[in-house]
Amino acid sequence: MAFLEIENVYKSFGKTDVLKGVSFSLEKGEVLSIIGSSGSGKTTLLRCLNFLEKPDMGVFYLNGGELFNANTQYDDHELRQKRLSFGLVFQSFNLFPQYTALKNVTLALDLQKIEKAKKLGKVTKAQKAEIYAENEKIAKELLSSVGLEEKMGNYPCELSGGQQQRVAIARALALSPEVLCFDEPTSALDPELTGEVLRAIKELKSSDRTMIIVTHEMDFAKHVSDKVIFMANGVIEEVGTPEEVFDNPKSPLTRAFLAKSEEVI
Amino acid sequence: MFWKVFGDLCLGFLTTLEIFALTLVIAIPLGLLVAFGTMSKFKPLKWLLVGFVWIIRGTPLMLQLFIVCYGPGLIGLPPVKDPMVATIIAFGINYACYFSVIYKGGIESITQGQREAGLVLGMTKTQIFFKIILFQVIRRILAPMSNETITLVKDTSLANTIMVPELIKQANVIAKSFAMNYLTMLLYTAVFYLIFNGLLTILFNKIEKKMSFYKV
Repeated sequence: MAFLEIENVYKSFGKTDVLKGVSFSLEKGEVLSIIGSSGSGKTTLLRCLNFLEKPDMGVFYLNGGELFNANTQYDDHELRQKRLSFGLVFQSFNLFPQYTALKNVTLALDLQKIEKAKKLGKVTKAQKAEIYAENEKIAKELLSSVGLEEKMGNYPCELSGGQQQRVAIARALALSPEVLCFDEPTSALDPELTGEVLRAIKELKSSDRTMIIVTHEMDFAKHVSDKVIFMANGVIEEVGTPEEVFDNPKSPLTRAFLAKSEEVI
Repeated sequence: MFWKVFGDLCLGFLTTLEIFALTLVIAIPLGLLVAFGTMSKFKPLKWLLVGFVWIIRGTPLMLQLFIVCYGPGLIGLPPVKDPMVATIIAFGINYACYFSVIYKGGIESITQGQREAGLVLGMTKTQIFFKIILFQVIRRILAPMSNETITLVKDTSLANTIMVPELIKQANVIAKSFAMNYLTMLLYTAVFYLIFNGLLTILFNKIEKKMSFYKV
């Protein structure tokens, strides 16, 4: 069994069927790019993986075990635990405006560790300070790794779009999710800022970091991915290596989509 | 003239301040509960509270004051003996309803993305509300809240209709006992309201400035 197995995901909103039986698998450390035109269901699929939408049908397996089954009712606490397996970087960053870049990265980590410590007994001020210091160290390393060591004390409104998105990437990484998802991470950016974000994502690629990237950046998808999925009308129309999908597409729909995206360039 | 009655007016103003402060202490948290209720997915609760807010906002505060003060006695229940208690109940409920509408607007104005960002970071709904949403809501609703607060300062004068010795009532009493012109007396009270509202305005501006360290 692969590291991540997604089986037969269905999702509809009212009468609109958005996902009509999506299945794919991914090995640990692989990068998967999902391409396709707007409305093909890419973003909904990503939102289902992060449990922001509840699939009507489908089963997820992670690391050899069943993570989610649409037929099972989970309570808020269980969903919260499951969500932590996945990280998500949003198209519109969604940084917390009232916190500095550093606090954006540490906030969830602080809350989580203090909650865990509380389960073991009363948390003293000294213990809290220790947790904060530890998380700050983690956050500083992460922010440096995305090239923001100079901007840690800045508020999101003082950062460019590209810098904000890099903070968002560091924030998602802080919780060390098993699978990190990106939902069109550069679509809200000015063209001259997309490069820095794509470079940051590319640098994340490593043997144990599994990533799923929904993107409109075809060149990027081609170069960074181990696997590419082309989605159309709520199904996976074509799947393969970047060479297979980009250079020798089998489906006429893929060919038409790629031709159109090249036309624009 | 003014200084001769200043002490007595101050006594009245203290009662005014008491109504003002107690109303806020009740209405600020109660309004939040009402706001959550009107946003509830549990429809009966939602509609009950929406209806309640409609009645409270749709009728004069003075009428509500009379109903709380004299209503229980009229239907055979033990009457509210202290008019101050009736005042605080009526004002607390009335302002909670107004605040709830402001809170609701503020909460709904925060984008879904902020909540979702919290969710994918594994936060609970409570953590998301208190650590992410609340501060942003407070900042957004500060201007309408300062408006309501200033209105409240002046609304306290309605309590004089049920014999609470607040500033206006006190002015009335003083005018009678010193055989002074009632209108002059009322103008004196204006000084108190103006100065206090001036101070509140400065305070709200300060808070607003303090909270504007980030742009929306």
